[in-house]
Amino acid sequence: MSDILVSEQSATGADGSGRPSGRLLEVEDLRVEFRTRDGVAKVINGVTYHVDAGETLAVLGESGSGKSVTAQTIMGILDTPPGFVTGGQVRFHGKDMLKMSAEERRRIRGEGIAMIFQDALSALNPVFTVGFQIAEQFRVRRGMSRADAKKRAIEMLDQVKIPNAKGRYSNYPHQFSGGMRQRAMIAMSLALDPEVLIADEPTTALDVTVQAQIMDLLAELQRERRMGLILITHDLGVVADVADRIAVMYAGRIVEEANVYDLYAKPAHPYTLGLLDSIPRMDEKGQQLRTIKGLPPNLMNIPPGCPFNPRCPMAQPVCREKLPPLLQIGSGRASACHFAEELVNRD
Amino acid sequence: MSDPSTASIVSTPPSTNPNEVGAPTDAGLPGNARKEKPRGLLGDAWRDLRRKPLFWISAFFILIFVVMAAFPSLFTSGDAVNGTLANSRVGPSGDAWFGYDVQGRDVFARTIYGARASIVVALLSVMGTLLIGGTLGIIAGYRGGWVDALLSRFADIFFGLPFVLGAIVILTTFNGADSSNSEWQIMALVIMSLSVLGWPVVMRLMRSSVLATKEADYIVAARALGAGTGRIILKHLLPNCLAPLLVYGTILVGSFIGAEATLSFLGIGLKTPVVSWGIMISEAQNYIRVSPYLLFFPAAFLVTAVLSFVMLGETVREALDPKLR
Amino acid sequence: MGRYLLRRLLQLVPVFIGTTFLIYWLVWSVPGDPFAGKCGDRRCPDVYINMMTEKYQLDQPIWVQYATYMKNLFQGDFGTTFNNREVSDIIATAYPNTLKLAVVALSIEAIIGLTAGVLTGLRRNGFLDNLVLVSSLFLIALPVFVVGFVLQWLFGVTWQIVTPTVSSEMRFTELIIPGFVLGSASTAYVARVARTSIAENRRADYVRTAIAKGLPMRRVVGVHLLRNSLIPVVTLLGTDLGALMGGAIITEGIFGINGIGREALRAIVTKQSSTVVSIVVVLVLVYLFMNLLVDLLYAALDPRIRYE
Repeated sequence: MSDILVSEQSATGADGSGRPSGRLLEVEDLRVEFRTRDGVAKVINGVTYHVDAGETLAVLGESGSGKSVTAQTIMGILDTPPGFVTGGQVRFHGKDMLKMSAEERRRIRGEGIAMIFQDALSALNPVFTVGFQIAEQFRVRRGMSRADAKKRAIEMLDQVKIPNAKGRYSNYPHQFSGGMRQRAMIAMSLALDPEVLIADEPTTALDVTVQAQIMDLLAELQRERRMGLILITHDLGVVADVADRIAVMYAGRIVEEANVYDLYAKPAHPYTLGLLDSIPRMDEKGQQLRTIKGLPPNLMNIPPGCPFNPRCPMAQPVCREKLPPLLQIGSGRASACHFAEELVNRD
Repeated sequence: MSDPSTASIVSTPPSTNPNEVGAPTDAGLPGNARKEKPRGLLGDAWRDLRRKPLFWISAFFILIFVVMAAFPSLFTSGDAVNGTLANSRVGPSGDAWFGYDVQGRDVFARTIYGARASIVVALLSVMGTLLIGGTLGIIAGYRGGWVDALLSRFADIFFGLPFVLGAIVILTTFNGADSSNSEWQIMALVIMSLSVLGWPVVMRLMRSSVLATKEADYIVAARALGAGTGRIILKHLLPNCLAPLLVYGTILVGSFIGAEATLSFLGIGLKTPVVSWGIMISEAQNYIRVSPYLLFFPAAFLVTAVLSFVMLGETVREALDPKLR
Repeated sequence: MGRYLLRRLLQLVPVFIGTTFLIYWLVWSVPGDPFAGKCGDRRCPDVYINMMTEKYQLDQPIWVQYATYMKNLFQGDFGTTFNNREVSDIIATAYPNTLKLAVVALSIEAIIGLTAGVLTGLRRNGFLDNLVLVSSLFLIALPVFVVGFVLQWLFGVTWQIVTPTVSSEMRFTELIIPGFVLGSASTAYVARVARTSIAENRRADYVRTAIAKGLPMRRVVGVHLLRNSLIPVVTLLGTDLGALMGGAIITEGIFGINGIGREALRAIVTKQSSTVVSIVVVLVLVYLFMNLLVDLLYAALDPRIRYE
């Protein structure tokens, strides 16, 4: 129970003023489980984060940490069954979306909150032209005529810097290169001017140079439109440039939240420390790569205490018994570790 | 003959893909160290099959029909071939459970004995089809190139023949005006025509199986170790490509039982004095209104036999399909 | 696209020649007296034998015969029966009837099969799902003539909703039951393929994207899902038309329709070989042509195929 109260505290974030949040998008103590034939997997166990207009929140975590499921729950595209929301709130402009009707939620999609996905080739419909799929938003949701919608779609393609937008309008997804396809998907998602964009691993499937271009594009578009951006990724390199704040997820909960500078300079959780440590560095050529030993926990059977304890190099007996709550440890920082203070203060 | 779709009709696709987001992963933690003994596809398939009632039901019926075909006297002591005209079209009663047909023959006895012709013809035809189609499929798939192109075009030629028409043409040509063919010759002809018309589908099936497995690493490894073509085919390719063939073969037995009945119905398949369900149905068609039981009993046996084989094949196919896990 | 078409056409030619030659050989050239049984149960009149031998050059090697036959065929001469009817007349009167039946069968199988397949694909494991599964199993497993007899007996004799056989005007309502019988197995296949296709595509990424875009479910299913899922179904229906025409023999027999199947059967029974060969040639031609059309249709529906 104290878990929740503390999370509420940290939900008021940077100013710590305790005012009820008038934030753009807010997830509070979200809990989601997957009910399968073999058992129940607790995939999200009390996640709280928020994003405001014009800021970028990066949600960092490995596969199975629950970062994508959270995003899907926000969008309302979670597969139900087997996924079920068992607690918490998702507030957009202060209104809890989980309590809205299906129709209200649908209206928010695309207009209020939009989402782009990792693999643009499978995310785009292969039998319709890219132009059609963008124009569709204008025709169906805004009631524009075919000609007007086409014009606007071509404008969107221009905005995402696809050369020869007019010609490319009638191309199919498989006729684009990976980077161009991702741009097209971004164009499609921004058609209705959403206030929040959720990008689920947008560059994971792309080459490194293209990655950089896409991230630059996202940053630019966000600036121009004053959008909130939630960037979901497992790649620390991508995050450093773009994010304002970072939330690190493990086993379905947030284990650390901080602004980007603090996180990289002085991580407050052993997991974050392990992640940062594992990045190969130029000045360490010839030495062995460092990893976090062990595997993520079985979500059907999460061990008591801190879920990270089996892999944690600093684990103490208390870690195996008590679940560490997400506590504020300084201005705008929170960590779910019994020894967060020690970690931050060490040199 | 038409190509049955690969979609299974016996059960539904799974509602969840457990490998997507949020899948529980196995950890090296003590509590989760209980690992199940790796069982392989066949073991898993058998475990699945065991649990399906449909499997047991169809297997049961098939067993009965096979026994009926092999030892008809176990089921009836009646005479399937001769009858007394005095009994013509007498309905079912305590003496003759299924009644008597136009020529006064015991319908029950005929139905039981009919199992033999119908099932034997179907089984042998399927074996012929699998043999021809399987062999050509392996050759086409393994050799590739112009051999494959040639064999595939050859199969296309037979594909173009509408099944019923093709069977009619073949059978009338060889059965000729002089129907002096013996019982065995007639059966052999029917078996041959079914095999000739059915092999293209099997060939395509085998060919695509071979094409898919040909480039597998264990084949390359075998070749690197010096195994010859024959050995590779027999020991490595065949066991992996056989499964879809066996599944299709089982279903095909059902189809061929129906096909034999169709040919007999048209008058070009088996003929008297052979007894088969198809012949009985054919003889019954003019008496539907007055003596419907003449049609009903052989038709019921036919339908049950066909369904059993088709269902068995479907359940086995489902159990073997790793995608439906 | 043009190259694809050309390639397919070129593949078609040897197959057409192969199939028609096979039929020709079977009918005319099996060792033995070529006229054995060609004129019914009597021995053929010498006049006939001489005329046929000269016309079809039966004293020539088989491929010459075949070539002559094909040449005549493409000039519109399908041969004559032994009582001097033009085979082309027979085909011209009977074919439209079969075509009508086949089109009715195709429509029925499309409507029932698609509805059943789409409904059960979207919503699995319900009563409807099990009903469709069981009935499709029956339809596939039962030979056409069994289905035909049962339905004829039920609807025509017992309940007397329709006449047991079809009249010569072949009104549309009379063709519904025969059409269903002819397409019975195909209806089941269409339902199966549609069901699997929809069930698989429901979980596809692009469907998730369409929902994430905030499109109404009506559109997500009706436009995005269906357009993709129905590709295999449409191509299945396309090939079926060709197959239906070849398989109508039994249905026409049971319901008394004077179609090409019935003519073929009659010709076979009365041993009119030239009729048989000509009919089969026409059917094969139509079948191959339909296959080509379906390939084109497939390319039109799936843009990924087009650009190879």
